[in-house]
Amino acid sequence: MPQTSNDLSAAIALTRFGLGARPGEMARVAADPRGWLLGQIRPGGADQPQGDPESAATRLQAFRAYQTERREMRRADGDAASDRDPVQIAARMLREGTAVDFLARARLAATTPAGFRERWALFWANHFTVSAVKLITATVAGPFEQEAIRPHVFGRFEDLLVASTAHPAMLLYLDQAQSVGPGSQAAAVLGRRRQAGRAGGGLNENLAREILELHTVGVDGGYSQADVTEFARALTGWSVGGLREAEDRQGQFVFRVATHEPGARTVMGRTYPAGEVRQAGAVLKDLAAHPATARHLARKIARHFVADDPPPALVSRLEAAWTATGGDLAAVARALVAAPEAWDPAPAKFKTPYEFLISSWRAIGGQPAAIEHLAPPLNALGQRPFSAPSPKGWDETAATWAAPDAVIKRMTWAQGFSAVVAGELDPDVVARDALGARLTDPVRTAVARAESREEALSILLMSPEFQRR
Amino acid sequence: MTRTNLSRRGLLSAAAGLGISIGFMGQAARADGGSGRRKMVTVIARGAMDGLSASPPVGDPDYAGLRGRIAIPADRALKLDGTFALHPALAGVHGLALKGQARIAPAIASPDRARSHFEAQDVLESGAAVVYGTSSGFLNRALEAMPAGEIEALSVGATAPLILRGKVQTGSWSPGGAGEGSPRLPGILGDLYADDPLLGPALAKGLQTEAMAAMAMKDSPSQGPAAMAGGGGVQGLVRQGQAAARGIGTTVAGFMRQQDGPQMVAISVDGWDTHANQGAAEGQLANRLLYLDALLMGLHDGLAADWKDTVVVVATEFGRTARINGTGGTDHGTGSTAFLLGGGLKPGGIIGDWPTLKASALFEGRDTRPTLDLRGLFKGVLVDHMGLDRKALDATVFPDSAGVAPVTGLV
Repeated sequence: MPQTSNDLSAAIALTRFGLGARPGEMARVAADPRGWLLGQIRPGGADQPQGDPESAATRLQAFRAYQTERREMRRADGDAASDRDPVQIAARMLREGTAVDFLARARLAATTPAGFRERWALFWANHFTVSAVKLITATVAGPFEQEAIRPHVFGRFEDLLVASTAHPAMLLYLDQAQSVGPGSQAAAVLGRRRQAGRAGGGLNENLAREILELHTVGVDGGYSQADVTEFARALTGWSVGGLREAEDRQGQFVFRVATHEPGARTVMGRTYPAGEVRQAGAVLKDLAAHPATARHLARKIARHFVADDPPPALVSRLEAAWTATGGDLAAVARALVAAPEAWDPAPAKFKTPYEFLISSWRAIGGQPAAIEHLAPPLNALGQRPFSAPSPKGWDETAATWAAPDAVIKRMTWAQGFSAVVAGELDPDVVARDALGARLTDPVRTAVARAESREEALSILLMSPEFQRR
Repeated sequence: MTRTNLSRRGLLSAAAGLGISIGFMGQAARADGGSGRRKMVTVIARGAMDGLSASPPVGDPDYAGLRGRIAIPADRALKLDGTFALHPALAGVHGLALKGQARIAPAIASPDRARSHFEAQDVLESGAAVVYGTSSGFLNRALEAMPAGEIEALSVGATAPLILRGKVQTGSWSPGGAGEGSPRLPGILGDLYADDPLLGPALAKGLQTEAMAAMAMKDSPSQGPAAMAGGGGVQGLVRQGQAAARGIGTTVAGFMRQQDGPQMVAISVDGWDTHANQGAAEGQLANRLLYLDALLMGLHDGLAADWKDTVVVVATEFGRTARINGTGGTDHGTGSTAFLLGGGLKPGGIIGDWPTLKASALFEGRDTRPTLDLRGLFKGVLVDHMGLDRKALDATVFPDSAGVAPVTGLV
């Protein structure tokens, strides 16, 4: 293993494990870089963004009410739409809620003294992606992260999996809420409606498939199409309370026994007796404990933190920690900190657009003040807020993010950012504070020789070592 | 100049809103009139396009029963032959089909059978027989295998699709790109990136192609007020989307028609994963098809005289279940439809055999059975149209694929 000084370890801890160094952090962390990381692992989970966030249930109630009003207005007035239309105003307010969530999350990332804890939370939020590509999920992507992900990121994986699967945002995003068992009581009623020419429900296998393929055992996990269908049947009944239901069910997880497919199910060779809501719960428990899940997640964590093609020894270490503790995520995080492969001095990871922007704010000791400072550059760089292109989440590899187009756009953004913030900053100090022992001589020299503060800061932000971690 | 910049920004944001992204690469056009003039556009419909709606087999006796309320009504479908029609949203493609310039392959699939979007897209784009078979894209390797010439490559969009990745560096273009702020910065960064295998070539290519992109925008038909046409409400949004998609098509054509323009282009169109409420002659899927039709017609009109030298392939990672599911949509399936368009196509009916939708013919009792390998279709176009060598196709462009014969006689 390469010998690293405490200064280099501090730079790695702050930039690779964390989200970048704020002024003064490098010196503080150098006293005990590993201890600094281990101290961020805590049973209570990740931090919550500041503010008074609305719950998913409140947002969903508001959204359903908005949909109802819109339908009624359309019926009354045809297709007309205007800026003063109360329904348009409601739609705008719903969108603004999402913007508030995203800004609060970015401000937390830019200012937290526990950058490793926040990166660990962002990793799991991306693993269990709920994308804002649907209007209804746009309103709850933020609350989903706060309610289902952040509290559980240092707990047992099984609890995280269940919390994510049972959250209304996930049930709506992957079409589970409306799935109906073909042999259920509700199907009989709906069948009659269908014969009368009206819409009727049935099985939807989207969530079941993505849990197997993406969230747990992975695409090579050894499941078949029959397993997907059986798991989808077991999941029927997992749904979200609507506007016409009792107040305490609206926008909440509900189990609908009438839409649940009766009978025993067989998933990946195991038989699950009839058991209503507990049946899919038992499947989730077994999937969480499956060896393929440990392997899949160990590799994914290593890829996120260390390299697009991570060292097999590191993957083995993480897998062993996972298996030995039955998926205790705090133990896995500690194994990551302890792994010598994670401290390779060469930075192998190319920052995603979100990481690049957040680390830039951290470098100058600032934070984004408005969503307008965040959303346009992220859109331009291909990482629209809360809008991963698929349930697989954002890609993590350099090949995706280092396209020529993206490099030009990063340079353009760095120039605009520097023009606004460079003001009274001393670029040489910013460079030392942001990169510490990772700052190379050519970049130090180029920053020192720049013609202006703006140019110096742009050079730093676009330097090979700042673009990587 | 101001107007050009505004419309460039408008175009890119319109493209992002539609889920359309574009990548280009290719050799500079050569004066000898050989394959250097030939152009190829690959459109990837990401999310699994429902072939049974895009080109409905309305004459198949099992079609209406399997599809229920999402079946395209025979009296609305645009007839191709006794069995097949096109979705009513594909009026432009239908017009080309009537002139022999568009054909369908209605039961085609990649070699992947896992019904996973991500795995199947990887297989489709990498050209490998199995997932993770190779980490570069088949279009990139096709360029490597092409007769020598100076390679010009360009990509538009914030991320690089797998189909274009590989040894041939793709260039880039973005609205309001370089040239704002410190004029020295690109040079300073160029020096700092000199030994950086990732950032060095990316920056160089990005800067080099800025000028070319600006030219393309200037030459392409106006994007101005037309893109904003429409009206209020959902129908207005759809009309705006169509105008924007058409604008993207003509702009891409503008890039391609330049002296040093790209010979190969890849365009991604997202949003085909219709698990719920996909609609029939109208609805969610119909709107995606309207955008696809507008994009293709934009390409056709923008390429003008060069249309006769161009082949467009529209492909998706897999099809969808033959039966309607419980939520007015369709789940992940196997065989789907590919479209082949171009001014130089040879006339003919459907490409490949139709397995029918009889219960006994369905793949695993649920999906359209594929009778044709997508690699065979691409190979046919690459051999007959782009002049690639069969040996290179079998070994490097599509590794270990000697058993998959090119579909010949298309062009």
